[in-house]
Amino acid sequence: MSTVKGSSNGAPKIGVYICHCGINISSKVDVFKTVEFAKNLPNVTVSREYKFMCSDPGQELIQKDLRAGLIDRVVVASCSPLMHEATFRRAVAGADHNPFLFQMANIREHVSWVTFDKEAGTEKAMALVAAAVKRISLHIPLERTRVSVHPDVLIVGGGISGIHAALTLADSGKKVYLVEQEPTIGGHMAKFDKTFPTLDCAACILTPKMSAVRANPNITLWTYSEVVGVEGFVGNFKIKVKRKPRYIDESLCVGCYDCIDACIFKKGNVNDEFNVGLSKRKPIYIPFPQATPLVAVIDDKSCLEFKTKKCKKFCVDACERKAINLNQTEEIKEIEVGAIILATGFKTFDAHCVPRYGYGKYPNIYTSLEVERMVNASGPSGGEVVLKNGEPPKTVGIVHCVGSRDNHTNKYCSRVCCMYSLKLAHLIRERTHAEVYNFYIDMRTPGKGYEEFYEKLLNENVHFIRGRVAEISDWTLTPEEEGKLVIRAEDTLIGTVRRIPVDMVVLSVGMEARSDADDVRRLFNISCSKEGWFLERHPKLAPVSTFTDGVYLAGACQGPKDIPDCVAQAGAAAAEAMALIDRGYVELEPNTAFINDELCSGCKTCIGLCPFSAISFDNIKKIAAINGALCKGCGTCVAACPSGALQQNLFTDEQIFSEIKGVMSYV
Amino acid sequence: MEEWRGWRKIRYESELDPAFASEIASIPQGEKLFSCIQCGTCSGMCPISPYMDYTPRQIIAMIRAGFKGDVLGSYTTWLCASCYSCAVECPKDIKLTDIMYAAKRLAIREGIYPKRFPIPVLANEFYKNVEGSGRNSEGRLILRLFLKTNPFKLFKQTSLGLKLLMRGRFSLKRESIKRTDELHRMLKVLEKVHMVKSKDELARMKEVAS
Amino acid sequence: MNYAYYPGCSLKSTGRAYEESMLSVFEALEIPIEELSDWNCCGATAYMSISELKAFALSARNFALAEQQFKGSNDVNLVVPCAACYLGLNKARRYLAEHLEIKETVDGALKQAGLHYSGHVHIRHPLDVLLNDIGLEKITAAVKKPLTGLRVACYYGCQIVRPYAEFDNQHEPQSMDKILTALGAEVIEWPLKTRCCGGSLTGTVQEVGLRLSYILLKEAKKRGCDVVATACPLCQFNLECYQSEMLKSYGEVINVPVAYFTQLIGVGLGLSSKNLGLNRLFTPLKMPHPVKAVQGGQRVHS
Repeated sequence: MSTVKGSSNGAPKIGVYICHCGINISSKVDVFKTVEFAKNLPNVTVSREYKFMCSDPGQELIQKDLRAGLIDRVVVASCSPLMHEATFRRAVAGADHNPFLFQMANIREHVSWVTFDKEAGTEKAMALVAAAVKRISLHIPLERTRVSVHPDVLIVGGGISGIHAALTLADSGKKVYLVEQEPTIGGHMAKFDKTFPTLDCAACILTPKMSAVRANPNITLWTYSEVVGVEGFVGNFKIKVKRKPRYIDESLCVGCYDCIDACIFKKGNVNDEFNVGLSKRKPIYIPFPQATPLVAVIDDKSCLEFKTKKCKKFCVDACERKAINLNQTEEIKEIEVGAIILATGFKTFDAHCVPRYGYGKYPNIYTSLEVERMVNASGPSGGEVVLKNGEPPKTVGIVHCVGSRDNHTNKYCSRVCCMYSLKLAHLIRERTHAEVYNFYIDMRTPGKGYEEFYEKLLNENVHFIRGRVAEISDWTLTPEEEGKLVIRAEDTLIGTVRRIPVDMVVLSVGMEARSDADDVRRLFNISCSKEGWFLERHPKLAPVSTFTDGVYLAGACQGPKDIPDCVAQAGAAAAEAMALIDRGYVELEPNTAFINDELCSGCKTCIGLCPFSAISFDNIKKIAAINGALCKGCGTCVAACPSGALQQNLFTDEQIFSEIKGVMSYV
Repeated sequence: MEEWRGWRKIRYESELDPAFASEIASIPQGEKLFSCIQCGTCSGMCPISPYMDYTPRQIIAMIRAGFKGDVLGSYTTWLCASCYSCAVECPKDIKLTDIMYAAKRLAIREGIYPKRFPIPVLANEFYKNVEGSGRNSEGRLILRLFLKTNPFKLFKQTSLGLKLLMRGRFSLKRESIKRTDELHRMLKVLEKVHMVKSKDELARMKEVAS
Repeated sequence: MNYAYYPGCSLKSTGRAYEESMLSVFEALEIPIEELSDWNCCGATAYMSISELKAFALSARNFALAEQQFKGSNDVNLVVPCAACYLGLNKARRYLAEHLEIKETVDGALKQAGLHYSGHVHIRHPLDVLLNDIGLEKITAAVKKPLTGLRVACYYGCQIVRPYAEFDNQHEPQSMDKILTALGAEVIEWPLKTRCCGGSLTGTVQEVGLRLSYILLKEAKKRGCDVVATACPLCQFNLECYQSEMLKSYGEVINVPVAYFTQLIGVGLGLSSKNLGLNRLFTPLKMPHPVKAVQGGQRVHS
């Protein structure tokens, strides 16, 4: 137990301050009566009221009494501690007194805001003040510990968000570890052809940033890697990264493609993930020509050598630099960082979940991501938009809101689909001169230049039908529909049902949280929202931080958004991480647990329960020992300890019981 | 040359009934109709919407806005075959088919429906049949339906009727349950009880609650 | 387990063949089933348009009678072949289970009749019973005259899959397909399995009902079916009995037999046509002649 510092000899001198909070409290609580009541409580030497205790004059009231020696402990009855506990603690500290000799009684959120009855409100307020006064006598002075912050940062996810955050931090001199699970960085943006509303080529604006990541000496780029272990706390994280074997030596490979050309499989035989399954790749491959790092990778699940051990291994011979090492094994890297930014991105909605759109049942129905690859010059069809029979389509239907705005799939709007549907309408029309029909519910174009983009499309002879598509099928009613897919929808603006025969359908699928989002969030000890996105601390005012200090969010993993918003958020996350690191230290709340050595029987119940691994077993004394720097004050061990040896500062059993006694004595 | 008949398309607020939406929404889960985003999936799915004077989506919009007379007097609610295609695909889980039934019930209670339109007549005849005997006599029902709406059509149906008769699928016998008095006692107590609450019933309920 | 059987008004008149074939098939498969005595009309869609609570009360009377008559079992399995009755009774059962105020009102009405419903009735469709309780193995084992070469378009209609899809997939139901395939038939793929036939509109606003039924028959015929199998008496009536009207309105000869799936099962089990009510069909069911040899993909008939 820490020595008692700065306490007076003899009884405590408690000052009670009741706040009116304008009329917020005083309309439902008789403040003056409460002040009189408090005056008569044991050990109370001063009892005052003020209109706004949190204001400067309010705080000065407290400080004056402290400096004059009239009081040495403070009770403020006002709003919730979440609002102003920090304010009043600072005020007490400002008068050179220990800030933890302070207790708040919540008579606003817990009293005046939940009743219409002034009498009942006053009674409850007095009971709460009595409780706080009884408790404060048992407070002891405590000190906050300072822990230094490790200056490195871990960024999980190498899409546009992760890349931008990494570059921002690296440019400010911080050392960044960028961990990406695919063999290359680039994320979804690398798959796009053009980006709205400028119709910039996605690769052209992305690849310079990817090269910059590779070239920056402050960024350690680990692709084909996953985070498998996270321990520690803000400023002091211990991370385990698993580097999956690519069987190619990254330092030797120059991406010349010789090994890929030499592969025993003459044609691709594995679904190409980069081309969203529209083409096949070989077991040894480079995801796309601008992959970063430009290093080949062998997929051991489909490589013949790994499956049968009987391959002639032409690839090994073909490599002039002898970069292929089939004996490479998985490596676990252990690093220490001070802050973590999660930029793991999103996945597209699986259109199979909407059976009435016929995805997977009828040919020539594609998702938007598949069409992006098709339209891309380095994609599976060389930039030609073609049907399964190789012919270009004459009519194309683009269906908005697939998997969004729907109670059966996802309730939310995915934000980007209207814009990219307009973009695809433009690109398809440009390439094929087909008649394009966009079926939408609302046209959502909120960004800069977005509404203008919509107007551009309106003037390109694209048909816009405001009506959610009911069904897509191949049964026909008129000769014009023979051999085509028929889209049935109500044209709500004109007020009639229409049947549009099309050759090709593009389903504008929404964005969803990745399937492993729940596992990832558990690994990093943060929360997910109801829809599966990582949860931000506050939707308006804290969109990039989480409730776990030191872990920040960037990009689509926090919610559906377009590229400008991803980049903005990545910059914000980098800035907040930077702020943490530049400050250099973290002050820990002193509500840590402590052990009464005499009562501890060495049962070890607490050790396994601690989520922060702050408790260890002292083999010499045969009792538990707490590392105060690691303890976060969650209280789990305290509740579990069968002998009551574990107590928590600011929440000792005596303090809690005294509060209860305070209420009961009044009631 | 066609004469211009001077249609007036403007609708004034005083013509609308602001309580109509609450009346319809008083059925179980009826309040979901307020979540309608007018996407048009219901009309798109409905196989009969090309034949309706107002599409299902328009009906919901009109209910929300209070176009009581138009909704209850439309053919749409009666043409609905209750196939539930709309209700299962509605992204807001609006119970459209049940809303159509609610509109029909309200229409009958308030006497606003297209008169001599066969469908309400069929519903009424069916109802009277079952109220009386507990079972429906299909042959008698069809006969009465045609007699009440369009006796001439009956002649066109004679070949069909004969074909059915020859195959033992048509009978003018009156079907009935044995314990009709039991049925009548049961149905009598439900005479004035309704699931769609009219404006006055809703107001009375509010009074009692407060 | 003794199944309770609720026929409904249609199965005693226009849908007689459905009852005849179903009962014959159940007998052949040794499924014990007994008709609910003094059952009353479920109210169908008409009652819902006049008074929903009375419709629930009508259904509840049937449930109460079923609980009385089939006292042995814990839960009564009420087999309801007619799709409209199936939906009506199921809806009533659910509303009574989920909405206390409705249950209380209906209980009060039942009391007037001296009846009581305690919530232990399950509504089952014969497709559900055959597929899930009896099982395809038993059915396959009982086949005497496989329906080889018979191309069937399985038409489920609306009411048994919407809005409650209790025993089959709502968008792509397969129960009838599976059963008829087990009997050796060739089930064709078609997208209109559950599109509405128009219901009672063929009798009231004929143009609309006719069109809806015509669309179904046209597509089924286009895909080369020999027979359309149905599970609802009104669907069967609409699809079968207006084919001459369709010829007049659309100038197209249809001539496709429309049978109840139970009739087809009965044929496969080798039961007599009289017991299956096959003589009640408008367009007689023609079984394909046995296949002699296969020449380059063409069927050669004897």
